[in-house]
Amino acid sequence: MKQEFTISVFTEDHIGILGQITIILTRRQINIESFTASESAVKGVYLLTIVVNTTGEMVQKVARQMEKLIDVLKVFVHTSDQIIYQEIALFKVTTNGLMSGNVIDHIVRSHNARILEVSPEYMVIEKTGNKKEIAELLSQLEPYGLLQFAKSGRVAITKQVKELNAYLKEMDEANRYKTEPTFN
Amino acid sequence: MKTEQEKEKATMELNGQEHITGAEAILQCLIEEGVDTIFGYPGGAIMPVYDKLMDYEDRLRHILTRHEQGAAHAAQAYAMVTGRPGICFATSGPGATNLVTGIANAFLDSVPVVFITAQVVSGLIGTDAFQETDIIGVSMPVTKWNCQVKKPQDIPEVIAKAFYIAKTGRPGPVLVDITKDAQLEKLKFKYKKCDYIRSYNPHIPLHTKAIESAAIMINHAERPLILAGHGVLISGAEDELKAFAEKTGIPVASTLLGLSGFPSDHRLFTGLLGMHGNYGPNLLTNEADLIIAVGMRFDDRVTGNLKKYAKKATIIHIEIDEAEINKNIIVDVEIHNDAKEALKCLIPLVKENSFEKWIREFRICDKIEYEKVIKPETKPDKGEIRMGEVVALISEITKGEAIIVTDVGQNQMFAARYYKFSHPNSLVTSGGMGTMGFGLPAGIGAKIGRPDKAVVTFVGDGGLQMTIQEMGTILQYNVPVKIIVLNNNYLGMVRQWQDMFFNKRYASTELVNPDFVMIANAYNIPAKKVSKREELKSSLEEMLAEDGPFLLDIVIEKEGNVFPMVEPGSSVSEVRLTY
Repeated sequence: MKQEFTISVFTEDHIGILGQITIILTRRQINIESFTASESAVKGVYLLTIVVNTTGEMVQKVARQMEKLIDVLKVFVHTSDQIIYQEIALFKVTTNGLMSGNVIDHIVRSHNARILEVSPEYMVIEKTGNKKEIAELLSQLEPYGLLQFAKSGRVAITKQVKELNAYLKEMDEANRYKTEPTFN
Repeated sequence: MKTEQEKEKATMELNGQEHITGAEAILQCLIEEGVDTIFGYPGGAIMPVYDKLMDYEDRLRHILTRHEQGAAHAAQAYAMVTGRPGICFATSGPGATNLVTGIANAFLDSVPVVFITAQVVSGLIGTDAFQETDIIGVSMPVTKWNCQVKKPQDIPEVIAKAFYIAKTGRPGPVLVDITKDAQLEKLKFKYKKCDYIRSYNPHIPLHTKAIESAAIMINHAERPLILAGHGVLISGAEDELKAFAEKTGIPVASTLLGLSGFPSDHRLFTGLLGMHGNYGPNLLTNEADLIIAVGMRFDDRVTGNLKKYAKKATIIHIEIDEAEINKNIIVDVEIHNDAKEALKCLIPLVKENSFEKWIREFRICDKIEYEKVIKPETKPDKGEIRMGEVVALISEITKGEAIIVTDVGQNQMFAARYYKFSHPNSLVTSGGMGTMGFGLPAGIGAKIGRPDKAVVTFVGDGGLQMTIQEMGTILQYNVPVKIIVLNNNYLGMVRQWQDMFFNKRYASTELVNPDFVMIANAYNIPAKKVSKREELKSSLEEMLAEDGPFLLDIVIEKEGNVFPMVEPGSSVSEVRLTY
């Protein structure tokens, strides 16, 4: 059965790594629901957070193929309950539409959103939350004349206790354990 | 010619002392890695490297092929028979894109080849300059790793990394793309071999727990079967595999690329797996209660229909590439390790055993296959010459001592089925990709890699013409490779499928061929055409006795088919013996 998975890929800073990772998903016909990239807590190590909708079996296969890439350090696959995650959305709505009564105040407060900019023509509202919360706010704002809507990809922090640094240390130790190169 | 000491001195002086051009640094890196042979083709962007190569002729032998694809295949074959990475040069643009089939072929068959391509000057990259191709983007899905170098001082480090990646772990092709300005500018040369990359660990600690559970299963199995793949040869585990099989008494079957990893005449050898493999190992895969897969990847040509594959068996998978484990079939015990290391650890844990009753079942299958398929194919007394009898004769005359190179199609299947391999790495074939045109250039690469061995290349009349220009390479370097054209005037394997699955509608598979003897002669290659059975053996002997290259054009029965066959979509146990 298909479900949502968040794949966290820790990589070295190598040009082309994004291409290599997307090729793996493309070959398996897996759509990327969201994709974000940033430097991780470890300097020089980048974290790509990819949200996909696929089967548990398939996500394991692509995760192993990603981890096989030379410049990938570690890949983690998580279901939504194993991570803390947020997305950020920006809404641009007509000022006229929202100014009638105290609608705006109510909507912004009840959704824990905030207003970033107000001009005579439009307002920009920011909402940080999960997909569902953002969708709810979107549906409430739509009737008031939505001019633009933009949403970020997912950023996620795992609930697991073991951090990347521990893995890096382990990998480093394993790498020091050396058998003879096999093809020489 | 410089003496060894002078060469060494020259190298030492270069190390960290002198400023040299990027082009020279590339060559110096190759020498540091122990390279002595390069296959390649020059062009505009790579001219600085070729210019320098003239000064290195005493240390680096360059084989100029007639097409970059030929250089790629030759470099791969060289790697397969020597166990050392093959080296291949090409220029930017079309030079680089012509390599792609060869790169992909090496990638699917896990062969270490270091491809060095030239790139237009860095300022022009991205502008669609003359002969500019984004070869990094193009080769990304078919290389183990690739990297573009724009600064001369980066050359040593990147090439060192390329070699390390190509030959360790599951080997594979790597590509380094070097801009023309980086070749021309100078750097202070210092070389250090790479033995560590943080994000890449080919040295996997032994999974002793998994190996222990595997041993328990092996000790309790009643109908176990070993499937030996290319990984056995890559890790050099032939002796360990033999020791393991002999101690446990477990029969061994081989994948196409695993052939020659276990002696063909060994009492425990049951033959080739897969679509045109032997009857016994295919049929009895589905009767086994335990499968021990060593260095193989359960390719669809091996497994047939996955839904009906080895359903009675518990599966132990020894494989260095974790991404291959549980990819096609779900296994019970994962041993994510090098085949040699894992077998070494496993041998003391398994008990001495024998499975005579189980092995007898294979022998019964062998008998059936012999009567229905092998005997009529290898010992026909009437009709035209058959591919099987040619291969069987070569096997007999060379006593299994030759290196066999094949093209792709029927010639390949017959060579794999009927040659009796007795030495590791004595089959060079295009497995995963199935690249027609591989045979001739691969034969050249194999012979250059192992001049001490007889190298016999089997090609069909179709595949030969895909890379026939490489006869020019044979001419130029007098490469004493023996070429056997199994000529049936058809694209035989495709015609067989048309025969079996497309109502005998032979769409675009019949070939009108030139006179191959005349063509060979034009390249100064002695050649002969044979169409009568009584001349066959003496002609093969004549060919093998020749000091130089030789081409034998053998007229084969036009509509011969390869059997047994596991039809696409069928289960391995539905293997067919006849039409």
